[in-house]
Amino acid sequence: MSEHTISTKSYYLVFLALMAGTALTTWVAFLDLGWFNTPVALSIAWTKAMLVVLYFMHVRQSTKLTKLVAAAGVFWLLLLLGLTMGDIATRGWLGSPGK
Amino acid sequence: MITAPISVPEREHYLNASYGLKSWLLTKDHKRIALLYLATITFFFFLGGLFAVMIRLELLTPEGDMVQSETYNKLFTMHGVNMVFFFLLPAIPAVLGNFLVPLMIGARDLAFPKLNLASWYIFTIGGLFTLYALLSGGVDTGWTFYTPYSTTYSNSFVIATAVGIFIAGFSSILTGLNFIVTIHRMRAPGLTWFRLPLFIWSHYAASLIMVLGTPVIAVTILLLAAERAFHIGIFDPALGGDPVLFQHLFWFYSHPAVYIMILPAMAVISELVAASARKRVYGYEFVAYASVAIAVFGFLVWGHHMFVSGQSVYAGLVFSVLSYLVAVPSAVKVFNWTATLHKGSIALETPMLYTFGFIGLFTIGGMTGLFLAALGLDVHVHDTYFVVAHFHYVMVGGTIMAYLGGLHYWWPKMTGRMYPEILAKLAALTVFIGFNLTFFPQFILGYLGMPRRYHAYPEEFQVLNVMSTAGASVLAVGYLLPMCYFIWSLRYGKVAADNPWGAVGLEWQTLSPPPVENFDEIPTVTHEAYDYVSLPNGSVTPKKEAHVR
Amino acid sequence: MSAEAHGAVFHAPRGHQFDTAEQQKDASTLGMWIFLVTEIMFFGGLFCCYLVYRWLYPAAFAAASHHLDVALGGFNTAALICSSLTMVLAVNASQHGKRGALIAFLILTILLGGVFLGVKAVEWHHKFVDHHVPGPSFLFEGPDARQAQLFFSLYFVMTGLHALHMVIGIGLLTVLTVQAKRGKFTPEYNTPVDMCGLYWHFVDLIWIFLFPLLYLIDRHAK
Repeated sequence: MSEHTISTKSYYLVFLALMAGTALTTWVAFLDLGWFNTPVALSIAWTKAMLVVLYFMHVRQSTKLTKLVAAAGVFWLLLLLGLTMGDIATRGWLGSPGK
Repeated sequence: MITAPISVPEREHYLNASYGLKSWLLTKDHKRIALLYLATITFFFFLGGLFAVMIRLELLTPEGDMVQSETYNKLFTMHGVNMVFFFLLPAIPAVLGNFLVPLMIGARDLAFPKLNLASWYIFTIGGLFTLYALLSGGVDTGWTFYTPYSTTYSNSFVIATAVGIFIAGFSSILTGLNFIVTIHRMRAPGLTWFRLPLFIWSHYAASLIMVLGTPVIAVTILLLAAERAFHIGIFDPALGGDPVLFQHLFWFYSHPAVYIMILPAMAVISELVAASARKRVYGYEFVAYASVAIAVFGFLVWGHHMFVSGQSVYAGLVFSVLSYLVAVPSAVKVFNWTATLHKGSIALETPMLYTFGFIGLFTIGGMTGLFLAALGLDVHVHDTYFVVAHFHYVMVGGTIMAYLGGLHYWWPKMTGRMYPEILAKLAALTVFIGFNLTFFPQFILGYLGMPRRYHAYPEEFQVLNVMSTAGASVLAVGYLLPMCYFIWSLRYGKVAADNPWGAVGLEWQTLSPPPVENFDEIPTVTHEAYDYVSLPNGSVTPKKEAHVR
Repeated sequence: MSAEAHGAVFHAPRGHQFDTAEQQKDASTLGMWIFLVTEIMFFGGLFCCYLVYRWLYPAAFAAASHHLDVALGGFNTAALICSSLTMVLAVNASQHGKRGALIAFLILTILLGGVFLGVKAVEWHHKFVDHHVPGPSFLFEGPDARQAQLFFSLYFVMTGLHALHMVIGIGLLTVLTVQAKRGKFTPEYNTPVDMCGLYWHFVDLIWIFLFPLLYLIDRHAK
């Protein structure tokens, strides 16, 4: 694990990108993009999160195992959200009083 | 298997290296912490067992004559909470796993000994909260805490119990975290992943579930307590909240939690099968992968607890199909154990009796699980004694059988003493008979339509209920016996050899009981696990003449 | 210089269970990441509740979200990002043995965290004044008052648990600052700084998602 390869300059660049992302997501929220607003907001948040994880948390230089652990966390979160929504989103389909 | 010299001059070991209460309460030695856990969970086991006895006594007669229905609700709730959260979940990982994981991988300790001790304290504090709830009047929601009953209507000590479980959850997380890091980073030289004992693979898989699932139940219980205390609406239908969402979050953890209980049991059985048959476990790689597969698939099936809860039928369909997936790796294990026994020179010592018990009872428990995973059939038997019998076959017939088998098998390593063999065989037989007499009638009761969680029932169910209660008393004797002779053996038991079973595996290559740092010199591993062909009799130097038992 | 000379007195404290300092550092890093995964799942339960109720009651969530202050929320996001920068610079300073810089950046991070919590307290106070705290005194005008209460329940639980993590983080950083002053960290041994850095960034990360999810729902509609 060679953490010394990231220069301070890249930290400042990432910082500027994060600040820009914050401004962007706030600005976009006030535009009417229809149903597209939420995906855009989440994409910006995801990009910012990846910047933090890869650069500030040094995942870019870390072992495959660390990457795997981080990815597993996201994957299991998606399992929880996905299978739960599989119920919530389809409850009305049958038109029965099951909702 | 190893090249470590075995020197046995002055016998200092982890039990006599230091004395006094403080040396135990502040110990960072994984072996001592395992014994602390053993004492604690034994207490909770017999406490939970006491509630079980009272449940069975009430059900001896059709009328609700011994306790009120409210009291009965508290009895089965406290039985479930005690047994699930304070016995079954920590039983094998925190006692046998804690003791054996470092020994089996040739490490001096777990990666984080302080966290390990902290986990015991956290567990104990959680247990005290639950005890407090119990002594103040108990809880009556069932161990599942379904909303909105638990948040709005119950008049019992829900929050104290919830806080107890919340706290105990962190001990589970710490144990899992410790195991994963230890298995990744602390293996002895030469001990590659596919030379690891299957005990380690299964504990690794169970640790994954502890780490990934437990936080979700923690936050769910937090929301439950907040909802009950402040009525913030999260699970309250009056505010648009969804009580079924609670069930989703609850079972996201609590179904995989079943695998936290059964995977370590499978870990024990893999070791016992190999040692008794003196063969490599058949299809070692498949059994190893099956452990991980069970851990992953276990997270995809939770909705099968909610078929009749108002869950969407489409989700029910998907969960039903996915549930069948888990049967595949479980069946792989059962088949491979039996294939290992095929033509093995099986030694019928006590641990092996429990192993036979496990394989048979777990198969019954697993197969009836398939019945319940079938959407259509589940509507018929949901919330009946069929379900009760099913999960007791897995939890008691599976996990406790393996726990007792493992305790007998490693008792000489843990204490340096042998248990009395004849008495132990008698106890194993008693447990097996008592267990089946208790729970097999419940399958029939459930199929005939007797619902669970009622303190009274129609008269035609009495004969089967009497059988079940009779079985429970036999079972109680079967559980009390080992406790008595284990304690007896500490002082009067035969002094155990370092390797009384002639087994391979690093834990048998060190002294009994092991020294504080486990090995005088960290061994280098040159063989795969269970290599009884080149290491007959588990001897350190290979190629001695085969030992015929 | 003096930092290095001073630091040389301290050797990396190594547990008896480890063979090398590197093995110990690897184990700590892996352990920390696994802990962060448990944190993802812990907040994940809340995100799950959020997703379900926003799916069921989009209008109520939008109406309730408009009662949050975007300016304060945005300011706080910026404050946290700044604190993440100072934190990563602190880790960097500890790796290069710059004790003065390490202490300065740690204190800056603590201050920025304090600013975040202060602003958060102001926001919560507004909610109390406006009767937007769920419970018997909850008041909300509009057709979706009941479901709006759900939004505010989640708002308080999510920001509350996030703030709790901040408080714990500030506590850890304070301990680090004291230890750094005593010269505990050297280029060879700085694992605690590294681990606290990971934790601090993770807390920042949660907020990066909380900000758009709570503050920015359908802002254009009003």
